[in-house]
Amino acid sequence: MSTAQKTLLLIGATSDIGHATAQAFAGAGWTILLAARNPEGAQRNRDDIAARSGAEVSTHRLDVLDTEGFEGFIDGLPALPDAVVCVVGEMGDQQQAQGDLAHAAKVIRTNFEGPALLLGALAERFLRRGHGTIVGVSSVAGDRGRGSNYVYGAAKAGFTAFLSGLRNRLAPTGVQVITVKPGFVRTRMTEGMKLPPLLTAEPGEVGAAILAAVSSQKGDVLYVRKLWRPVMMAIGAIPEPIFKKLRL
Amino acid sequence: MLLEGWGRYPQLNSEVLTPATPDQLNELVRGRAGLIARGNGRAYGDAAIGARSSLSAVKLDRMRGFDPQTHVLTAEAGVLLSDILDTFVPRGFFVPVVPGTKYVTLGGMIASDVHGKNHHRDGGFGAFLQSLKLVLPNGEVWNCSPHENPDVFYATIGGMGLTGVIAEASIKLKPIETAYIRQATTVAPDLASALKALDDADEATYSVAWIDCLAGGALLGRSLIYAGEHASRAEVEEARVNGELLAKAKASRLSVPLDLPSWTLNKASVKAFNEVYFRKGSRKGDAPAVVHYNPYFFPLDGVSQWNRIYGVRGFLQHQCVVPPNNAHAVLSEILERFARSGRASFLAVLKKLGKANGLMSFPMPGYTLALDVQVRDDIFALLDEIDELVTRAGGRLYLAKDARQSPATFQAGYPGLAEFQEIRRRLGVEGKIASKLSERLGI
Repeated sequence: MSTAQKTLLLIGATSDIGHATAQAFAGAGWTILLAARNPEGAQRNRDDIAARSGAEVSTHRLDVLDTEGFEGFIDGLPALPDAVVCVVGEMGDQQQAQGDLAHAAKVIRTNFEGPALLLGALAERFLRRGHGTIVGVSSVAGDRGRGSNYVYGAAKAGFTAFLSGLRNRLAPTGVQVITVKPGFVRTRMTEGMKLPPLLTAEPGEVGAAILAAVSSQKGDVLYVRKLWRPVMMAIGAIPEPIFKKLRL
Repeated sequence: MLLEGWGRYPQLNSEVLTPATPDQLNELVRGRAGLIARGNGRAYGDAAIGARSSLSAVKLDRMRGFDPQTHVLTAEAGVLLSDILDTFVPRGFFVPVVPGTKYVTLGGMIASDVHGKNHHRDGGFGAFLQSLKLVLPNGEVWNCSPHENPDVFYATIGGMGLTGVIAEASIKLKPIETAYIRQATTVAPDLASALKALDDADEATYSVAWIDCLAGGALLGRSLIYAGEHASRAEVEEARVNGELLAKAKASRLSVPLDLPSWTLNKASVKAFNEVYFRKGSRKGDAPAVVHYNPYFFPLDGVSQWNRIYGVRGFLQHQCVVPPNNAHAVLSEILERFARSGRASFLAVLKKLGKANGLMSFPMPGYTLALDVQVRDDIFALLDEIDELVTRAGGRLYLAKDARQSPATFQAGYPGLAEFQEIRRRLGVEGKIASKLSERLGI
């Protein structure tokens, strides 16, 4: 795939994974559209990417909770991108989400409703054009609900299922859908947590893995650290009567 | 928390503040007392340990812009040299001055006015600095350059972070054809020949000597002198180097997993030295080698955490510079005293320096000698004696390496101190911007 004129839309540009991913694509010669709720905050990342790569990088205002604004947002882009990567995610606070419905709703909307509807809307445009790549960054937390983060996990599970269905529907077309499950990543979100080294990726690894998957047009479900696949298979295989008694 | 420098001595208490954005940096500096900026912790002693708080720049790691016409890169102060090289070598640019490790920040390189193997010809890092942004405790942000607030600009170059917090800076990069260095190695049988070999290499872009400290008597100061030039495309092609002309550095895999007894590095390094020394010595007129810039400039970076090799008490690096007039006598005396003590590392680095860039920069025309000593109770008196020799010769010690010199040695070596203090008063940073080093030396 020639990258001479390729454009990437990166949703969630102020996150560490978003920044690293945009960086990887810019380094490979892509033009970058950075979407963030706060374009001023994304400006610092924009400058960084442009300085390092010499690529064309612009910022665009987008609130993933403002679903009604999605069509207008897409119309307002300088061009329909060749690929979109959505890294939007917010873990929220599980304990708060148990009693505070507004907080729970926000976690679900931020991790599921917003990203799914936005990528869905872009998928229709890509389909009309005949090609495009959609990358949704979901989470291993969506593979099985756990007591410690099931509101977030359920939202990610919804997002994973949405991407899976979209991929299934669009398989015969020129539109590719990739689900990324990064596992643990050393970012602001996980700062201060004790993370197992073999299961923990750097943001740059996630960015490089996404670029490789998009460039090769191969891959459906991507675990950045390969060890996560057997780990999640094992967790998935635990019978529910046992699983429910584990503290996870 | 307990903070330490690269030498792991001393370990001192200081609160660590880590701003994630330039705005947070400004907020954290405003109104604070006893604060110093800290880069990647590669200063050896107490220079980057705040009197009360240490402001870590590690998250201020974004580049702000690069102008392909002027080759000027603007970046936040926490950007690592390794990051700049990895990003810009493949684009055909090099950093005009690099110290012996690439794991230093832009802000740290300015504050220490680091010198490289090209100091005799090109000057220090400050010579290529276009401008910088300085954040002051009173909430002001000053733009400084040779044309705007020049006195503050030159006080900040080599000012050990004591004029304020460097938030961002612009540096002019150097175009290169390849990522390789054409290296010529010569042998010098004693100190006089080593100094002469460095003088003879005045025209070379890069030059440095490794002294075998085990050799004494007539062989005192016997050295290998490494001269280097950026290799041209044709030279690299002729050398049949594998890989890209502008290849970036490979990630290092070696690491020192635990504290080792102190002789390990020394024995190994001297053995390697002797091997090269005698091989080279027996074969005059060797063709220059073409080597990648990474092992040429940063051989020790290949082993991460090599500082653990000196054991739990840590080590001191003694780096002095002495003016050329009396250099041979003074350096001989220093080498002899170290040899007699049996306490110093077995290898020392000798380098010719040019003129200073900043008011408080370490370099001055002359020769600089650096060697490591393990921290032991009996080492401090010896180092004081050696400082005395340096002071009498009109030389001084490098603050980025220092953990123990006396205020008197410091004051004798840095005649710009009074003017520096005056500038600090004017900026209102006295007592507000302070490190353990500045407290120790009475700055």
